[in-house]
Amino acid sequence: MANKIFFDLDTSWVNNIKINLSAVERRTATLTKRRTVKKEFQVAWLLKAITLIDLTTLSGDDTFGKVERLCNKALNPIDKNILHDLNLSSNDIKVGAVCVYHHLIKDCKTLVKNKIPIAAVSTGFPAGLSSFATRKKEISDSIRDGADEIDIVINRGFVLQNNWKKLYDEVREFKKTAGGIKVKAILGVGDLETLRNVAKASLVCMMAGADFIKTSTGKESVNANLNNSLVMLRMIRDFYNKTGKKIGFKPAGGISTSKSVLEFLILVAEELGFEWINPKLLRIGASSLLIDIERQLYHYTSGRYANKEKLALG
Amino acid sequence: MDKVIKNFKTLSYGPAPEDDKEVYSWIKGLSSPTKIFINNKFIRSSGNKKLNIINPSNKKNLGKLSVSTKKDVDLAVKAAKKAFPKWSKLSSFERSKYLYALARMIQKNSRFLSVLETIDNGKPIRETRDIDIPLVARHFYYHAGWSSKDINTKNHPIGVIGQIIPWNFPLLMLAWKVAPALATGNTVVLKPAEYTSLTALFFAELCQKANIPEGVINIVTGDGSTGEHITNHKDIKKIAFTGSTEVGKKIIYQNQDPDRKLTMELGGKSPFIVFEDADLDSAVEGIVDAIWFNQGQVCCAGSRLLVQESIEKSFIKKLKARMERLRVGDPLDKSIDIGAIVAPIQLQKINQLVKKAEKEGNKLWQPSWSCPTDGLFYPPSLFTNVTPSSFIAQVEIFGPVLTTLSFRTPSEAVAIANNTPYGLAASIWSENINLALDIAPKIKAGVIWINSTNLFDASCGFGGYKESGFGREGGSEGIRAYIKYELPILNKPRKISKKTNVKNNLIDKTPKLYIGGKQKRPDSGYSFSIYDHKNKFICDIPNANRKDIRDTVEIASKVINKQLKNFNRSQILFYLAENLQDKEKNFIELLSLLSGLDKKDALEEFNTAKERIFYYASMADKFEGHIHNPPIRGLTLAVKEPIGVIASILNNQFPLLSLVTILASNFATGNANIIIPAEKTSLIASEMYQLLETSDIPEGYINILTSKQDSLNKIISEHENIDGVWLFSESDNERKKVINYSVSNLKRYWCPKAKNVNWLNNEEIFLNEFLYESTQIKNIWIPYGE
Repeated sequence: MANKIFFDLDTSWVNNIKINLSAVERRTATLTKRRTVKKEFQVAWLLKAITLIDLTTLSGDDTFGKVERLCNKALNPIDKNILHDLNLSSNDIKVGAVCVYHHLIKDCKTLVKNKIPIAAVSTGFPAGLSSFATRKKEISDSIRDGADEIDIVINRGFVLQNNWKKLYDEVREFKKTAGGIKVKAILGVGDLETLRNVAKASLVCMMAGADFIKTSTGKESVNANLNNSLVMLRMIRDFYNKTGKKIGFKPAGGISTSKSVLEFLILVAEELGFEWINPKLLRIGASSLLIDIERQLYHYTSGRYANKEKLALG
Repeated sequence: MDKVIKNFKTLSYGPAPEDDKEVYSWIKGLSSPTKIFINNKFIRSSGNKKLNIINPSNKKNLGKLSVSTKKDVDLAVKAAKKAFPKWSKLSSFERSKYLYALARMIQKNSRFLSVLETIDNGKPIRETRDIDIPLVARHFYYHAGWSSKDINTKNHPIGVIGQIIPWNFPLLMLAWKVAPALATGNTVVLKPAEYTSLTALFFAELCQKANIPEGVINIVTGDGSTGEHITNHKDIKKIAFTGSTEVGKKIIYQNQDPDRKLTMELGGKSPFIVFEDADLDSAVEGIVDAIWFNQGQVCCAGSRLLVQESIEKSFIKKLKARMERLRVGDPLDKSIDIGAIVAPIQLQKINQLVKKAEKEGNKLWQPSWSCPTDGLFYPPSLFTNVTPSSFIAQVEIFGPVLTTLSFRTPSEAVAIANNTPYGLAASIWSENINLALDIAPKIKAGVIWINSTNLFDASCGFGGYKESGFGREGGSEGIRAYIKYELPILNKPRKISKKTNVKNNLIDKTPKLYIGGKQKRPDSGYSFSIYDHKNKFICDIPNANRKDIRDTVEIASKVINKQLKNFNRSQILFYLAENLQDKEKNFIELLSLLSGLDKKDALEEFNTAKERIFYYASMADKFEGHIHNPPIRGLTLAVKEPIGVIASILNNQFPLLSLVTILASNFATGNANIIIPAEKTSLIASEMYQLLETSDIPEGYINILTSKQDSLNKIISEHENIDGVWLFSESDNERKKVINYSVSNLKRYWCPKAKNVNWLNNEEIFLNEFLYESTQIKNIWIPYGE
């Protein structure tokens, strides 16, 4: 059962989902006060966080030069001196993946040489509204160019219209096109507005074969936060309990500080368990987060607060 | 350190201890000599008896505190009494400044207080830091803002208030008691709980810093004996008690002063109702906040889970998974959900109750991990295989133990929820607003949380129905508990003249009892005689006995569930007044005949009676509740609900006017009435029931039982199916007895001093007092958002 990719669309399950916003907010507000990690434990959690990062550049002005910097940072996410002080070697720590637009896949491939997976955003990212044939072709093109993972965007309109069948069919078709390649379905939570919609869209994507569900493109006004993440994690848990299949989670957009990433990790640990905190089931879409983590590690090893400019840019 | 970092791929929570050095050095300085706080000074107790205080999370001794003696309490009450005149006359602005100063100081010392509370009580630092102490500050701010709104020439501060608080929320309960008392101009003698006095003593230091006038706040440490010195003290004009129902009942039962005001915030076994259309994951979190908050040592803990059968299995599965992730341990650790039980005896009690329930065949489930053994810890526990008849579903455990019951339909949920002597709180989970708002009024409890639990705020009233006590804390209703209103007094008694001559037309009358809308003969078959004011026999009238009371209560308690709409009640009362008009001659003659009133006075009483019924007819749809505004996205509805069945025992003053005042006000607010008229003037009430019949008063709402004076007082005040008892009597002893007997089911009692009451008074404050006394306030919390 756990190896099964596609599940039938169960609309009665989807339509019966209940989410209480005030209760969700109370949970996230208190959770971050119920748990904390300090000192060497915090260092361990932050190191772990690095291995979960999908180090991302998704700008219209991305060039080879930019992606070269990104890939090098992905391979060497922590300053060598800090690594030394932590008694770790550079092979111990790599980011989870690099995440780029289609046109840079080949360059990335040359730079990281299969040491790190390359994720490509696809299917008309970020709005996902180009023709269905074009979007499908985008997936196969990116895979041909060497993408190891595909981050697809869903058609948010289908969610707002409660057109679960169409949403299901599209995502299922995308996954079919991707074959054995990991598919992360981006919900665009900011466009869905309500947590009920977020939960329902999560469930439909999982039924349709998505390997990961991802909060957002980073281009909407609301991105990953603890509330929408909590709802998605609870859907992953329900889906796992019903099907035995573990679906991954990727919060993206707006997670830029160590404090914030720890809150997300605690949320996952508390709702799904520690077994979910590994790159196979958890990724964090981020660009400036890495340098903040590095500063915290610097502070831990040196006892002094770090200056950002001493640490290498990504 | 290297090992943890090297193995970063396997994560775990490490220790995250809160710093406690500063607090421990304060504790060290506290112990010798031990202190009690009187007149803004720390003084030695006159006795030598000491309390040992421990940190429940490691059982280590923290020091010794004095058990305050009678002499100490006398001294404290004397100080409070001396301070009262000046303090009560300060302008509200002046008093507000002191409260504001305390609020600020609490905020400035918030972390210190949090750590101290955690060390003393055992509850997690997460709770003291994020809930207890912020609510303490909030309470002082809120009450600093209470102006003289409710203190006017008719409403007065009470005087010296004795306050006895429990150990589960030591400083918060102090704030709930002290802030409203001070805001309304009272002075206090407060006894913190014997296990948890430290934050109260630190608070005393803050009082010194805030220059609170001498004697306004006095804090005496001690055990039950100190509490008794307080409750026995005759200069204490009000007791505000929070604690067990058992002790609360004892305080009421032993109370010697019928003029003393009592408020009781007692135990509970609150239902947590989960319907199949709830957000189940959120409901699971709700349970964590309901029963694993403060180790379950919460009077309003949602300790009875009622879950709809259709989702019971999946819900319990979710709940168990959640329980596995709870963390029990050192409460000063910031990553702990459940701390230590307050005292060895409490832990022992939990253990015993759980073992007994297991023996009875209830199924116990606890998470796979085990608790640390160095302190007083108990794991979160879940009982299934429980039915309403299981003792574990009835008894208040005051520990982290949840019992599960299932239900099939909404009405069954209500029946099971109400199947308890308690009525403090309830939590209702459903995404269907129609369902949730339909259930809320049906649950007999003072606080209802919809899709939430254990929400508290100074702006909202908190307090129980039934045996969970009476009186409210917080909000405008809480202010009412700290002011007193005395019934208006007649300046000079009405003229009664032997010369009044009325022809007696009533010889052939055969009055009966009026029960359930029917005229009935008394069960006993006995009558007593009615004489006119010249002692001339008029007629015999039935003498009701305990069986008549029993039958009446049976009927009255049934009709109360078929609640009339307020507009109906209003129309009926208007109609009653209309019909009364036609009987002017009869009543005026009767009044003169029975009491010897001259015609003018009798007419005045009669006319005022008509006006009175009109007033309450109009108030039936105007005596409304409030909407409180706690700082959440949501509303709290403070709904005024009827008490239920109220029995009223009258005296001879203004026999017609007092009768209609009581029956009309009680009927207006939706209660069922049992009226026991005064013996001598019973005939007035008998004359009234014919009017009731013609005025469409639905049967059972107003019942009239004539009897010998005070012969039914004990039966009525002890009857466990009567919800409220009103006694208007000149006899302090009768008043005292009725109050004492009312503990059987903790009736709402109202036994005001009723000598020379001026029933003719038409002021709103007087008339509304009857409406307040015939209602209780339910706070319904409704958070919303999509």
